[in-house]
Order: sequence, then structure tokens, then C-alpha cells
Amino acid sequence: MSAKKPRLAVWKFASCDGCQLSLLDCEDELLAIAEAIDIAYFPEAMRAGVRGAYDVSLVEGSVTTPHDAQRIQDVRRRSKILITIGACATAGGIQALRNFRDVREFASIVYAHPAYIDTLATSTAIADHVKVDFELRGCPISKAQLVDVVASLLAGRKPATPAHSTCIECKIAGNVCVMVAHGTPCLGPVTHAGCGALCPSYDRGCYGCYGPKETPNAPSLSSRLAELGMDAGAIARVYSTFNSNAEAFRQESERHGAQNDQD
Amino acid sequence: MNDGVILSCADLNALIESLRAEGRRTIGPVARDGVIVYDDLESIDDLPAGMSDEAAPGHYRLARRDDDALFGYAVGPHSWKRFLHAPVQRLWRSEGERAAARVLAEPLSQEKTAFIAVRGCELAAIAVQDRVLGEGETVDRHYRARRDNAFLVAVDCGTANGGCFCVSMGTGPEASGAYDIALTEILEGEHRFLARAGSEAGQALLRNLPQRAATAEDIRAAREVVARTAQHMGRAMPVGNVRELLARNPDHPRWDDVAARCLSCANCTMVCPTCFCTSVDEASALDGSGTARVRRWDSCFTMDFSYVHGGGVRSSVSARYRQWMTHKLSSWFDQFGTSGCVGCGRCIVWCPVGIDITEEVRAIQASERETEARHGNA
Ligand code: SF4
Ligand code: SF4
Ligand code: SF4
Ligand code: SF4
Repeated sequence: MSAKKPRLAVWKFASCDGCQLSLLDCEDELLAIAEAIDIAYFPEAMRAGVRGAYDVSLVEGSVTTPHDAQRIQDVRRRSKILITIGACATAGGIQALRNFRDVREFASIVYAHPAYIDTLATSTAIADHVKVDFELRGCPISKAQLVDVVASLLAGRKPATPAHSTCIECKIAGNVCVMVAHGTPCLGPVTHAGCGALCPSYDRGCYGCYGPKETPNAPSLSSRLAELGMDAGAIARVYSTFNSNAEAFRQESERHGAQNDQD
Repeated sequence: MNDGVILSCADLNALIESLRAEGRRTIGPVARDGVIVYDDLESIDDLPAGMSDEAAPGHYRLARRDDDALFGYAVGPHSWKRFLHAPVQRLWRSEGERAAARVLAEPLSQEKTAFIAVRGCELAAIAVQDRVLGEGETVDRHYRARRDNAFLVAVDCGTANGGCFCVSMGTGPEASGAYDIALTEILEGEHRFLARAGSEAGQALLRNLPQRAATAEDIRAAREVVARTAQHMGRAMPVGNVRELLARNPDHPRWDDVAARCLSCANCTMVCPTCFCTSVDEASALDGSGTARVRRWDSCFTMDFSYVHGGGVRSSVSARYRQWMTHKLSSWFDQFGTSGCVGCGRCIVWCPVGIDITEEVRAIQASERETEARHGNA
């Protein structure tokens, strides 16, 4: 390998830390990763401070406060390549449900002194604020895909993270289609691949953790979900989870009256 | 090759046993998760006795029959493609760096297999894939090895499901083609199987099984099974020259109509027993010590499939659906000299929104006829 190892930083915004944990969870690969790259800033795992520029930044979490909106600009300036990881960073996360309601009302219910809460009205993806070089989907991200993204960066190739449907992974795995064979609602046909069709492998419908696939046709899937017995409220809810603010899912939940049905 | 012999259920079991005794992995229909899949089986006790399948566009359920038929259903979501043209196949890997790098081809499969209950449409599909992958100038060695290692026990269909249209495609319900042994399950009277050999290997195996000679009555009963199934097809491909029809309608408004329903999920191409398309990914090690090329099933419904510098050529779903359907029913003839569709119905049944390839043909055909009629009357 070349002499100088690339410097990597891992940044956290509004998130549950689950995606960073996926990185720590790469036990088998972690040594090889540490061999190949210099993990220079990773508060979840070590105590080094922010210092200078980084070759690669992995960004977890969404932007929900005025402070974070500024901080992401600083991260961008320090990073040669900026990669967002997980549904929060790529679509706003579960906390983007606030985008559909009045966040001040939430704050007044949750906090004793809501006046101290300095938060934005929306939770938004990192790409809404700065230029992002690569987005790795998932809630949480797949550890195999994360390793592949790092390996591809080092090798100078394209990562193998296809944007097609989850159904392709489902069929490659040899699963029985829960929608056709059991009548179980499944978001697989509109959902970005990456998890290996985890839920259908355990006889459940896909929850859409990886967000919309390329060219999703959510309206057609919704018509089918309605035939399977879901009412408008239920359809709005299936699109209103970790990727509720991703364009195709947001449009579809709004079309089914998301705002009226979240109590 | 001959008129055949009669096997009892126990004799059929002896057939499976002797295939296993040859060291073959025996794979056949097994009920699992509410469907009939192809998986390992050890004896006739693993077959879905007394079961049938109810299928319609986007819909499949298992049902009970009122008899103990062992093959009383049609095809499920799996096809033999899984076992011949593997969903994921490493092609080669490399070890070492720079001058010391060595490329190691992936060894070919040595596994001996026997496929139990290959249907007429599936024999036709295997013949199609043989032509595409297993013969000619560019032979896929992995396909060829698996194909050469497979012993095919075919069965005539005694029941069709709602997706089936083999009769209109000329591929069934009778098993014909490159089988080693073919069976007809006869339920009328004593539960028995008319067995005939289609190869020397099949003949050798059959000769050593307990059996009795087939009578004229057995042969009549077997013919009846096939004739009855032929009358109960789930659907039909419209008659007429579909190849020409699609070739002259690249801009038909129906492509946009179907695109509004189509999810571009690719399930149809995954379940289709003749679709062969793949992509190859690079899987490099983190420390740069090696890499591998891994092939996986792909589909003309993905954007990457038609990617050239600057983007996908078929960005609209109507263009992608048109590619799939015209390839199956029209341009496949130009390329390989046959239809790319064998009438198994899987793409219809396993489409989450129930898009029916025969219905789409019918719609385009009907609109042309209407136009002709209008012009004719003018
Ligand atoms: S179970 Fe879901 S993901 Fe799997 S093929 Fe069916 S619709 Fe697609
Ligand atoms: S196109 Fe459909 S019906 Fe024809 S062979 Fe393929 S899956 Fe079967
Ligand atoms: S229909 Fe599509 S996936 Fe199937 S063989 Fe043709 S191009 Fe390939
Ligand atoms: S025709 Fe059906 S199975 Fe095929 S891509 Fe469209 S929605 Fe999916």
C-alpha cells in the first residue's frame, strides 16, 4: 500500500449512534481498517480532538439545531471526501417526523422549560446543507456495505451499493415473497437494497429502512397495499418511519393525509 | 425411447434412493413458508403430498387436494435456474500484490445433482438457457458444469395453476425434451407412475428399479392426465404473431400505461426461468492484499443495467418494461432463434402488483385491431 494512510474522521449529528456502532461492530475487519487508514477523529471510540483536515469524513446524524447547521459547514471545509451514513444523515431520520408538525408544541409537552431548547423546525439530511460525495443508506447501515465503501475508497473503485429494489436481494436469497404468498404488506419494491432483505427473510414485510430506491413508484405500491386491506392512515404510517422525509416517501405519506393521522 | 414401465409410490422412492446412492444431491418440490419451493429432499415423504397451489396475478396460496397426489400442483417461485445459473457466483479471485499477484479462477462445481419433478415448461426453459449460456462460442463454464452434473427427472403436469399458459407456448403440460426419466402421475385407480427413459443414464437407472410393464390401460390413463391438464390452463398467450406485433409497436401508449403500474422491482426477471442477466462486482480486501470478481443476478429493470457514461439509457420505466417484454417475446427470436418465454406464469404470479404479460400483449393487439377496424370501415 502507499506510504501515507488516509486520515479519517467520524462525526456525529442528531442520531442514535447506531451507525457509528456498526463501525465498531466490524470486529473482524476493524484491525484491517486501522491498518489501512488513520482514524484521526472518532469521539465514540477515542479521545483525540478536532485537528486540521481529513481525507475522509463519515457523517452520522441529521441537522436539527442552528449550531449543527453551522458545524456541518466546518466539517465540509475540513473534509476532502464527505460520506454520510445512515437514514438520519441521508434523509433526516425518524426525528424528521417533526417536519410534519409544530416542533414548539412537541417541546412544550416534553420539556419542563422549553424556552431553553434551541432547535430548528425541521430535521434535514446533510445533503440539504453541504455537498455530499457519497450517501450510504440504512437504519442502521449495513456493516458489510460500510466495509465495502472503505475498501472501495482505498482501491479507487466504485462501491457495490446498488440502488435497485430490496426485492432483488430477496429473490437472490431465495425467500418466499410475503406479499404475494401471505398478503403481508411489504415496502421492498420501493426500497433501496442493502440489508439483504432481512425482514422478508424472517417472514415480515420490509419497513423501508434504506429509504426509496432509484425510480420508486410508491403510488402503485400504495394501491396494492390498499387492496391488501390497509386504509389511508395505515398507508401514510408505513412511509412515515426512518425515511419519512425522503422525497418519494414524504410525498406518498402526505398524499394519504400524514398530518391528520399521527396522533 | 420406449412405452415405459409402471412404478408404485414405493418404487418411486427407490428411484430417489438410487439417485442418492450414486452420490447425487436430490432436489425437488418441498412445501415451505406457505409455498412450494425447490429444496433438498431425501425421500418421497418430503414431497408436498395432497397439496395444490392457487395462483393468480400477484397472488399465490397453498391449498389441500382431496387426494394424495405427490405432484398435484404447478410451479412455485423457484425455478431450476437457481441450481444451474447460480444467483451469486464468484468468478475469480487474486492473491498477492503487484508483481506477485496471482489470479485464481473459481473452481467449477463438482456437485452431482438430481432434479426431481422438472415440468414441461421448465425443460423448455433449461433448453433456452442451454442455448444462451451452455453452448456456442461463449460458454459459461459454471453453467455448463452444473448442467452436466444434473440428472433430470421430469413429470407431466397433472394440474395447472392460474398462472400457467404452456399450451399456448407449446411447452407443456407434457414433459418433452432433454430429460433422463419422465413420469406421469396416475391417480385413477391404484396410485402409480408411468415412467419412461429419455437418456441412456435414465434407462440404466430405470432398469434396476422394481417395476412392472405398462399396459395399454396405463398408457391411456396417462394420456388422459395430460389432456385434462391442457384443458385447464390458467391463461393463454394471444394467438397471432406476437413477435412482429411488439417489434412494430415501440411507441405504443400501452408502455406508459403499464409503467404507471410497474414498480421496476425486477421480481419478474428474477423468477423467470430463462432470464439470464447478471452484473459483476469487485470485492477487494481492505489491505489491498487481494480482490475478487463476483457475479450476481441482475435485471433490465435496474438503472445500472443500461448505464453508459453519463447515465442509464433506459431511464423511464416504460422503456424498461418494454425491454423486458419485447426481449422475452420478440427480440429473443432474433438473438437465439426461440421465444424467451415458455409460459410458466411466474412473472405474472410473483409480480407484487400482478402485471400480466399476456394481458399486456392482448391490450396492444386489441388496440391495433380497433385501429384496423376503424380504417376498414372508413
Ligand atoms: S417479500 Fe417484499 S422484498 Fe421480498 S420480493 Fe416480496 S415484495 Fe419484494
Ligand atoms: S416471461 Fe413469464 S411466463 Fe414467460 S417464461 Fe418468463 S416468467 Fe415464465
Ligand atoms: S428480459 Fe431483461 S433480465 Fe431478462 S434476459 Fe432479457 S434483458 Fe435480461
Ligand atoms: S412487471 Fe411486476 S414484477 Fe416486473 S418489475 Fe414491474 S412490478 Fe416488478
